[in-house]
Amino acid sequence: MPDKYHIKAAATPGHFRRVGKFGSVDWREDCSRCTNCVKPRCVYDTYKKEATYNRDPATSVIPLYECRGCLSCVQGCTKGLLAISINPEYLALGDEYWKPDILATTWNQADSGRIPVSGAGYRGRFHGPGFDGIWTDMSEIVRPTRDGIHGREYISTSVDIGCKPMRLSFTPDGRLVGETTSLIDIPIPAILDVPPWKISGNALSRARLAAARALKTLAVAPVAEVVGAPADHLPHLVPLVDAGGFAGSEAILRQVRMAEFVDEQQALELFRQAKTVNPSLVCALRLPMQASAADRIVAASKAGVKVFHLCADLHGREVGIENPRHIKDVLREIHGRLVKEGMRDEVTLIVSGGIGLAEHMAKTIICGADLVAVDTSLLVAIGCRVCRGATERTHQEHCAAEAGDLEPTYAAQRMVNLMAAWHSQLIEVLGAMGIREVRRLRGEVGRAIFMEDIEREAFGDLACK
Amino acid sequence: MEALSSEAKPVISAGGEPQVTVERTVRPTPDRYRNALGKYKINRSADCVGCGDCAKLCREGVHVKPDGYAFSLRPRDHLCIGPECAKTDHYCVDKCTKKALSMARNPTVDAMGDPRWTSDLILSTWHMAETGHVPKAGIEHRTGESGGGFDRIHFDFPATPAAKIDPARVDTGLDLNRRNDGRPQIHIDLPVYGGGMSFGSVSIHTIVGKARAAAAWNTFTCTGEGGFHDRLKPYDNHVITQVATGLFGVREDTIQRVPIVEFKYAQGAKPGLGGHLLGDKNTPAVARMREAVTGNALFSPFPFHSVYSVEDHKKHLDWIKEVNPRALVSVKVSTPTDVDMVAVGSYYAGAHIIHLDGSYGGTGAAPDIAKKNIAMPIEYAIAKVHKFLVAEGIRDSVTLIVSGGARTAWDVMKAIALGADGVVIGTAEMVALGCVRCACCESGRGCPRGIASTDPELMMQMSLDWATQRLINLLAAWREQMVEILVKLGIPSTRELRGRSDVLYYAKEASL
Repeated sequence: MPDKYHIKAAATPGHFRRVGKFGSVDWREDCSRCTNCVKPRCVYDTYKKEATYNRDPATSVIPLYECRGCLSCVQGCTKGLLAISINPEYLALGDEYWKPDILATTWNQADSGRIPVSGAGYRGRFHGPGFDGIWTDMSEIVRPTRDGIHGREYISTSVDIGCKPMRLSFTPDGRLVGETTSLIDIPIPAILDVPPWKISGNALSRARLAAARALKTLAVAPVAEVVGAPADHLPHLVPLVDAGGFAGSEAILRQVRMAEFVDEQQALELFRQAKTVNPSLVCALRLPMQASAADRIVAASKAGVKVFHLCADLHGREVGIENPRHIKDVLREIHGRLVKEGMRDEVTLIVSGGIGLAEHMAKTIICGADLVAVDTSLLVAIGCRVCRGATERTHQEHCAAEAGDLEPTYAAQRMVNLMAAWHSQLIEVLGAMGIREVRRLRGEVGRAIFMEDIEREAFGDLACK
Repeated sequence: MEALSSEAKPVISAGGEPQVTVERTVRPTPDRYRNALGKYKINRSADCVGCGDCAKLCREGVHVKPDGYAFSLRPRDHLCIGPECAKTDHYCVDKCTKKALSMARNPTVDAMGDPRWTSDLILSTWHMAETGHVPKAGIEHRTGESGGGFDRIHFDFPATPAAKIDPARVDTGLDLNRRNDGRPQIHIDLPVYGGGMSFGSVSIHTIVGKARAAAAWNTFTCTGEGGFHDRLKPYDNHVITQVATGLFGVREDTIQRVPIVEFKYAQGAKPGLGGHLLGDKNTPAVARMREAVTGNALFSPFPFHSVYSVEDHKKHLDWIKEVNPRALVSVKVSTPTDVDMVAVGSYYAGAHIIHLDGSYGGTGAAPDIAKKNIAMPIEYAIAKVHKFLVAEGIRDSVTLIVSGGARTAWDVMKAIALGADGVVIGTAEMVALGCVRCACCESGRGCPRGIASTDPELMMQMSLDWATQRLINLLAAWREQMVEILVKLGIPSTRELRGRSDVLYYAKEASL
């Protein structure tokens, strides 16, 4: 029996100041010190821990965000002196896409590597734009002749990156026509991508590379940021090559399995040069997510490029367009076009931008990606609050994600934990659908429920006011 | 006190157990915490001289000054109707001669609730559970703010109802057996019954309180997958035994003693994932009921590995029908894309009741990714399945029960107008018992408010009598609203409302 893929998560509490959701307001001056105080009775010991912290500020700050908002103390206080309110700092976290709840759940997953579990049912909005307008399917009964599952441990989350020719051709004397095929098999449909904005220092890239090695996946990084990385990390590196080329990096290029080329003028030429340096190198073209990307992919594919990395913006939208659409719409269009051209199975589509939750990974694959590249979420895992507007940070505190003093081992483990939680959640989704490998999820829009379609089907006959 | 009906007769259940009668009477049942929470806060400053005018003035009971007291008691501000009162001539803040009173929105309320269960919905459910009636004003008790589904579907009340209906004659009853197969007809007085919650996921007071309220209202509650507790036996005739994939506590006796047996294929909150009782909640009493080892996490695996087809499914139902020849069989499924086909398959397998559990329903513990993303919300599934059953010509041969997101009486009536026969509720019952939806049911000792906990200390925060009465009151208030809706529509019964989507409209924007 082959080894099962297992991600080693390890408890790694954040070194950054956590922002909690609830804050208690306590009118202590009216307290009569009665013997019926609710504070010692808090099920979560929040007040006891807070008191410990108040006596010794050197202790962990964790108690300050541990209130779960059960309101037992508020309702039980003899004199009604306690109140709970939502921390305004919590509400100010992130932006309209990277909402406070996304940041908080990412921090929690990066702490432990566990799936977020809670009671009381879904608590959010009914539906929303983008990924929030998709529900994934489930299967009421096992269908062993199709996609029956016999246990979650048998669900495969492996994907291949590289050229996947539909058939092999041979010369009359039995020699293979064309290049030998290089495929990279990674056990999780996610690679770790560069952040969407410049982070100073190299520590973040080093951490990302170490995390990729632990996860047996790949990490994209400019070569300059990983110089000196251990040799056993290099097979997990994807050098990012821009118009500057890779002069001086040939040695590294020979040791890596894949490289990404920014879709600029000389990209295809650099691509060919890289293949000369390392013939088995899997080369990917990195281009912005736009509807026109379909044309570009078709053309580049005919020119020999078989791996494409489509980069959406921070919010998962098209780039450089006035009324940008969401990944789910653009990607379905691109995927559909490639199917129509008969070349979908030959190419690999990697999609990044706006992948903030495990469900985004599953939904992006349903919409047509082979795998995703995780970027901003890795920053969030190490404490980023996505406070950055277009270019500048908006909060003045020390940024937990700035790389100067980041400890790579700690950061890598938090990234590993996050991906462990995402991997487990992906398996939950696949298990619910009765799909036993993630490759089969690609483009399976029939196993998803799209808000626009189901609204029309269910409510199309209702009067509209 | 007001008696709505008290016609219960002493009967013996099929399990040989004398059945206890519970009076269907509304009784005031205040919050069990010292400080009831309200939407508004009334603050009384030190300028108060204790004249007591506010107590004489207030019609809501906010201000109370008992005889012999120098000052009024701390305002019972959860009864305050807020700015609505400012429009009247008895607004305490304006009338206080010392200007010692002020009114403001309670900041704690903003920390409660969520778009689906807003703080208004939680507070209004508490009000109904306390009084048995709808709040007078100042609080939205009909819909939430989720921006979709029931929150965007509204009744289009005619200026003049099609027929003049006497509220006293409105029929909210529902017959559950439509197969005409020789099995007994079961009538319930409300188109609502309680969902499955296992012993272990919730406390025994919660379970038995639900059963007693079901007995009072001649409806049902469900065991969930935790076995049939001995304390449920006096209410056998109002209990549904659930058979789920873990088969915890399922025995011939528990199938034979009840009028309805429910096969749970999936649960809306975690479709396709099975059940999971965390080890902390598997106390010795729970383990005994489930014939398991104390402290071990218990999994109810998904799916039934003995079911690969509609024929296998029929084999399951036949088994139950053989073991209990008088039972109706319900099939609880989730809401996949092919939910309509699943419903038809269940009908042909012999189900009397098809129970669709939508994805936004409640749970004691589920992965967040499942609660939000897997399977469709119930609003879609109702319309889809109802239309399909009609097209197949079998709509009147099966009872369609739905759950997973019905929070209010208004949601229930909207579900019926979309095509359901009745609705199963769960979270609304928990809220009536004091749940604030903090979502901490699953961790550690369980619910800090003692509702979804088997911790001996926490569960004693709530008495059985209190729980029973709160649920009886809630259902009374809900029936009041059902009658109000039917009268406004000019429709004499909930049966005749079924599938009347013409009385609904879909709001372009989420608003009332």
